[in-house]
Amino acid sequence: MQLTGSLFADMSAIYGNGLSTFPDYPAEIRAPHGTVSGVSGFQVHIGSEAVETPGDFCDMLIAMNPAALKANAKWCKRHAMILVDEDAFDEAGMKKAGFTTDNPFSELSVEDRTLIIAPITTMTKESLKDSGLDLKAILKCKNMFTLGIACYIFNRPLQPIYAYLEKKFSAKHPEVIAPNKKVIDDGYNYAANVQAIPNTYTIEPVKSARKGTYRNITGNQAIAWGLLAASEKSGLPLFCGSYPITPATAILEELAIHKSLGAKTLQAEDEIAGICTAIGASFAGNLAVTTTSGPGLSLKSEALGLAVMAELPLVVVDVQRGGPSTGLPTKTEQTDLNQALYGRNGECPIPVICAHSPANCFFAAFMACKIALEHMTPVLLLSEGFLGNGSEPWLIPWMKDYPDIKPPFAKSLPAGEKFKPFERDPETMVPQWAIPGQKGFEHRVGGLEKTHAGVLSTDPANHEMMVRERAEKVARISKDLPDLKVQGPESGELLVIGWGGTYGHIASAVHDLHDEGVPVAYTHFDYINPLPPNTAEIFSHYRKFLVCELNSGQFASYLQGLYPQYRFDKFGKVQGQPFLVSELVEAIKKEI
Amino acid sequence: MANLTFKDFKSDQEVRWCPGCGDHAVLASLQRALPKVSQALNYEKERYVVVSGIGCSSRLPYYMDTFGFHSIHGRATAISTGIKVANPWLTVWQACGDGDALAIGGNHFIHAIRRNIDINIMLFNNQIYGLTKGQYSPTSKLGAITKTSPYGTVEHPFNPGSLVLGAKGTFFARSLDVELALNEEIMTAAALHDGCSVMEFLTNCVIFNDGAHKDLSDPAVRADHTIVLRQGEKMIFGKDRDKGLVYDGRKLRAVHIGEGGYTEEDILVHDSHADNIGLQMALADMKGPQYPVALGVIRDVKDITYDDGVRDQVKEVTAKSKIHSVDELLRSGSTWEVE
Repeated sequence: MQLTGSLFADMSAIYGNGLSTFPDYPAEIRAPHGTVSGVSGFQVHIGSEAVETPGDFCDMLIAMNPAALKANAKWCKRHAMILVDEDAFDEAGMKKAGFTTDNPFSELSVEDRTLIIAPITTMTKESLKDSGLDLKAILKCKNMFTLGIACYIFNRPLQPIYAYLEKKFSAKHPEVIAPNKKVIDDGYNYAANVQAIPNTYTIEPVKSARKGTYRNITGNQAIAWGLLAASEKSGLPLFCGSYPITPATAILEELAIHKSLGAKTLQAEDEIAGICTAIGASFAGNLAVTTTSGPGLSLKSEALGLAVMAELPLVVVDVQRGGPSTGLPTKTEQTDLNQALYGRNGECPIPVICAHSPANCFFAAFMACKIALEHMTPVLLLSEGFLGNGSEPWLIPWMKDYPDIKPPFAKSLPAGEKFKPFERDPETMVPQWAIPGQKGFEHRVGGLEKTHAGVLSTDPANHEMMVRERAEKVARISKDLPDLKVQGPESGELLVIGWGGTYGHIASAVHDLHDEGVPVAYTHFDYINPLPPNTAEIFSHYRKFLVCELNSGQFASYLQGLYPQYRFDKFGKVQGQPFLVSELVEAIKKEI
Repeated sequence: MANLTFKDFKSDQEVRWCPGCGDHAVLASLQRALPKVSQALNYEKERYVVVSGIGCSSRLPYYMDTFGFHSIHGRATAISTGIKVANPWLTVWQACGDGDALAIGGNHFIHAIRRNIDINIMLFNNQIYGLTKGQYSPTSKLGAITKTSPYGTVEHPFNPGSLVLGAKGTFFARSLDVELALNEEIMTAAALHDGCSVMEFLTNCVIFNDGAHKDLSDPAVRADHTIVLRQGEKMIFGKDRDKGLVYDGRKLRAVHIGEGGYTEEDILVHDSHADNIGLQMALADMKGPQYPVALGVIRDVKDITYDDGVRDQVKEVTAKSKIHSVDELLRSGSTWEVE
């Protein structure tokens, strides 16, 4: 279902629709088939306008078995169409899904929806009986039969799908191209002939879209490419030391492909080796990155402190998932914010930034690298499972339009003087970067407290000074950050606040409220530590604040600590699922 | 190329190890070995990076006037790996203790060996935790009485040599802190070896484990209780050079030459370059009183290194790839135009 869903999404993207996707799958690779907990879903939202979320409720549900119907029926709109594979709704399948009557639709109170009950398995078998494929391979094609049906319903041309199949399979499995095409055709024709489908729909391409070249991109892919972009812009080779972990692994996998852009990837023996190899690579002058998710970030904490102390550039990407501990590995949350801000021993501040949509992950990753390299500090980039796996169309930028990245390389030393690794630029508090191999710049870094000259020191005053200077270095990054923007009234009663991957949902909710004439303002944070320079100024224009986030209120508490003069109300959700626009609308209305 | 001397490698920092600590000797040996290595390999000083973890011996980078990284407990090997992969031109020397490398850092240690990354690991083995003041380590002898084992340990120690060879290490050598010339010799051999070189230095902790290696280091017994292995030379040892190692078809034996029918002819010749690890493993495992403890380069074989592999693959893929810039990457695959 993941492949069928992403194919339909890609075809919609190429067609020019607004698009947002949300794959939702179980943690197990082969979860018990036919059980409700084992259902793998792929949510696609397309539109003739820009689409900002994968949507709360669906117009069409394709359920390949009773369990999929049971798990998702509650998301069907009043007038939704439900397509099911009749063959899977046998006694065994119904029992496995926990149905107690023989009518699953009335049991779920969806019998009044438009039901298309099609013998998909039987027809797929019939369609491919002369294909030469064995039964197992034939059964795999039934998702393609449904893709054919969906293409009919949404008036999608089949040609781009054919082209995709040819490209994907021509080298290794040319024998599956013709059967797949045939089964899609047969699905399409079945839908055209069956008379069970009352309406078809045409979702026109987005007309207001800006001119240019577009592609569909997932957040994880965008992060990998953003890192490569920063490598190219800074002129430093990219090194990524990582350990596989859901849902971040795709970043490492993507980087491993792009050796032609000079990327070196090291699949480390553990999370700690992931960050420590990256710290070594940074010391040696590479753009160093480690990618992980929450549990991995916990393991990296001590080494992250080392990077703070050694004042080396490093990007740590945390694609957040449900926690604590192993938690909900395949589900999305924003629950690592406190860990990102505070999860280290000693006073150990680092910049924390986040991405707000799958495509924005590219820019966020680029900025994480730029800040790390120009300010000589580790940077924590927070993504989310929802962003990493989700996708959206992206207007592809040109690298010439991206800002330069200029690390503070140590250039020359007065004769007879030794390099002082922690002597700071008085303006930015940033030390210089001398890289092994640079003659005359021999110096030692490490986890022990040192003086500006890099000499070990337990002097109380020196320690306090260095603690404050390292904090000040991070705080002064604020000056380089873009201003916070507000959607809606520039002053007034309520400011809704979000950060990270909730952008699409909150923005949609706020737009809906604006359409209803509710004068609510909304601001969204891409930079958490430090905050954008105009944050206090923006806050001063409102009386009430509602922070919406996928945790119990971590960002709200953070803001509360920084701005005690205001009260930051919390709207949190910790279910491993994104917000629904509808629940946000309701929560915001309550606040007014 | 500058003619480097040991002074070039000596930093201005005061050495803070306890008087009598074995680490002083290893540091001095390193400062004397590196000028020779530089001469042999035509290396400039700025090419050296000295890395360490945490522990007494891990203070070593501060005492070397090279680029240095004193990292965190157990992680030196991972830091070294990153440095070498990022810039294979650098030559990486690592100082770590038995607790640092084999307890908290055991995972990184075995994986660096498995990958055969071209770094030089100096393992200071004093069989105790010194910096935390006297707890047993993974190399403390069974029954060792320490602060955390007041009634003796009930766990077996690692023999670092068997661990390295078990992980199919390509280089393992051993020396005693007091054997300055041998220290230099194995350091030079390690530098010349392409791949992960592990040097074990049996060091004395005067405060918490004094005399742990006395049975080997005491001049009165050293020649009889140790054997220095050298490539292509017969495995002869003893103050009077009258003892040797033979292989009797089933196992290694230490014998007196001229007794029990053994002549010098029967004595084994050391081959550190042999790919077969069997005999080298037996040599690394030897301990008294039945056997002398093996010193010198026990194994030194050629194999592909991780850092070369990474570099070559980047070259190979780059030559074949159609994508050579980020702009090209972003426009690869399925895209569409909005006019």
